[in-house]
Amino acid sequence: MPTVQALEPGSRHDLRVGISPDAPDEDQIKDREGTFGYCHSYETSSRYDGPGLRVVLFVSGCLLRCTYCHNPDTWHLKDGTYVSVDQVLRRLGDFAPSIRDLGGGLTISGGEPMVQLAFTRRIFAGAKEMGLHTAIQTSGFLGDRADEEYLSAIDLVLLDIKSSDPETYRRVTGRDIAPTLRFAERLAAMSKPVWVRFTLVTGETADPPNVDGIARFVAPMKNVEWVEVQPFHQMGSFKWKAMGLEYKLAHTLPPSRDLVKRVIGQFQAAGCQAR
Amino acid sequence: MSIGRISSFLDIYIERDLKAGLLDEARAQELWDQLVQKLRIVRFLRTPDYDALFSGDPYWATECVGGMDVDGRALVTKSSYRMMHTLYNLGPAPEPNITVLWSNKMPAPFKRYCVKVSRDTSSLQYENDDLMRPFWGDDYGIACCVSAMRLGKQMQFFGARVNLAKALLYAINGGRDEISGEQIAPQTMPVTGGFLGYDDVMAKFGTTMEWLAKTYVHAMNCIHYMHDKYFYERLEMALHDRDILRTMAFGIAGLSVVADSLSAIKYGKIRVMRDQNELVVDYQNVGNTATPQFGNNDDRVDQIASSIVTSFMEKIRKHPTYRNATHTQSVLTITSNVVYGKATGNTPDGRRKGEPFGPGANPMHGRDSHGWLASCLSVAKLPYRDAQDGISYTVSIAPQKAHLSESQLVDEAVKAFDVFFDRGEFHMNLNVIDKETLEDAMKNPDKYPQLTIRVSGYAVNFVRLTPEQQRDVISRTFHGQI
Repeated sequence: MPTVQALEPGSRHDLRVGISPDAPDEDQIKDREGTFGYCHSYETSSRYDGPGLRVVLFVSGCLLRCTYCHNPDTWHLKDGTYVSVDQVLRRLGDFAPSIRDLGGGLTISGGEPMVQLAFTRRIFAGAKEMGLHTAIQTSGFLGDRADEEYLSAIDLVLLDIKSSDPETYRRVTGRDIAPTLRFAERLAAMSKPVWVRFTLVTGETADPPNVDGIARFVAPMKNVEWVEVQPFHQMGSFKWKAMGLEYKLAHTLPPSRDLVKRVIGQFQAAGCQAR
Repeated sequence: MSIGRISSFLDIYIERDLKAGLLDEARAQELWDQLVQKLRIVRFLRTPDYDALFSGDPYWATECVGGMDVDGRALVTKSSYRMMHTLYNLGPAPEPNITVLWSNKMPAPFKRYCVKVSRDTSSLQYENDDLMRPFWGDDYGIACCVSAMRLGKQMQFFGARVNLAKALLYAINGGRDEISGEQIAPQTMPVTGGFLGYDDVMAKFGTTMEWLAKTYVHAMNCIHYMHDKYFYERLEMALHDRDILRTMAFGIAGLSVVADSLSAIKYGKIRVMRDQNELVVDYQNVGNTATPQFGNNDDRVDQIASSIVTSFMEKIRKHPTYRNATHTQSVLTITSNVVYGKATGNTPDGRRKGEPFGPGANPMHGRDSHGWLASCLSVAKLPYRDAQDGISYTVSIAPQKAHLSESQLVDEAVKAFDVFFDRGEFHMNLNVIDKETLEDAMKNPDKYPQLTIRVSGYAVNFVRLTPEQQRDVISRTFHGQI
């Protein structure tokens, strides 16, 4: 099996240098109509991605390359299956009555849902027509693309804030932090319900000042219902291996219970509702 | 056998003695504990062949708790709680086979208690009271594993099950056995080309099922005639009315294998591979490999599964039964899905020779890949009208890790049960356990003398299963949460 050096400049998986030969770039995505899009997979019984039992649609395409990513198989837009929005909504309709009865809804995750803005816009609108609660799991990096209409069909934003420090953010994700923070502030101004999600990775994001920085940023935001500390896990490591990518965190252990407690405590001390 | 609804039935006597001061709560509980102890010390002497089919010490003393009566009153008593509480006092065990008759109208605290007991002991099964009551009234019990019967008014000629997956292979091979090559079913035209055609295979399968149904009913008639002749069960029949309804309970195994195979033939392109004797021994899908699979709430294959249930039942009904018994059918395997799988060659769905079938009406292991809701909704579509002896579905859930408190978790599970049974599902075995515990129990049985899990239709002592059956249980789909 050929071993692809993970994020080597010019590699297909490297978006940081902006010279990836065939991966989508934010300017190149042909997403005007959104009647078709690329999906990775779906799951019908998640309790981790919003209130109640969630149907989670994982769409492909992401512009971040987080070192701890557990879905590297969703990075490339066209690695997903090309399906029509009608097919997606028909499938969602098969589960809608049960999901409504269970107080759940639809969560679009990925990948980054906003890479396929028009496609996901239609899916959210369709879900609202079925009377479902809707949520988006996003890094916020493309938050500027989300117009008022797009956000009006979304009941809850699960916003990943991976760091408060531009340097750390860039090291961990390969991108700028500014768009995410800008998006968070915009959501706060419009009082859109948000659960902030913070992935806790020993040696990457666990430094106390890093955590404090996020906590201070989030604490004044009244729209943030929860800060969820998500302990890093190794369940995605097989995907890196299968894709022939170098996984820098191959030997990183999940954070200890004490560390998770400390970080939740930091958020709580700053005045956040954290878990 | 069914012991009926003794905890609900006897409750008034306990209540009377409590009021009269003859008993206190601790002693009332002790009476139930003692009864359950007696039920637990029964052991059947069985041959090893029998154990290979039904192991783990079951004898199906099935006790029902809960349910509603036809006037809309809940049949939940304090002794329903006491019966379930024996699982805490005495620890989990396979017997009695405690069955919750779930109705969405039952009191919420009782539903919550059931869920809690399931989570702590994995020893309960659930059946849909709202589905069964219109058929059987409100004084039915559960006999055998999951079969509803009006107490004292019905008896069942038990009829085991047939291996439908093997029947499909016989259809493809013109009635020859895919492993031995022997002509078993009457000689018919085998599949001749290089690929399987859906209409061709369906027609051939229909013919084979006709033969199988006829042979099956005839065999059952012989067995039960001779059984009555030499071992009429006078004592048990003395507890019944004079004029009773007799059912003859037929059954099928391998339903999800058949449905997935037919779906693969319909939506993929299946090339057959023959050995030197022109026997089809393997299959290769050279077309679309993402064919619909049972367990994902996909009508394209779920309808195939439902139509097989109905079609086989119709074929069974064509043949008269001993003592004019009413034909019924189950989709239930107990642990026999392992033995049947062992005796069945490669199937067109990609299942390898010898691999176990999914138990009961369960999807094949690992193929219900979109979460428990999708899996449940598929099974819920199977028609109870044509499987009145029961449709068994076993769910294994790993202990919860989401951000929910104990109490929220129980609430969510109750809601899930309500939705699940409201959609028409008949039965659910619920195991709340993780794979690691089961793997450890396989290696260190001494550490887990009372580890009880639900398999198709009944509870078993895990460490008393054969290693093959243990591996089968471990290989089943574990869902992350309910």
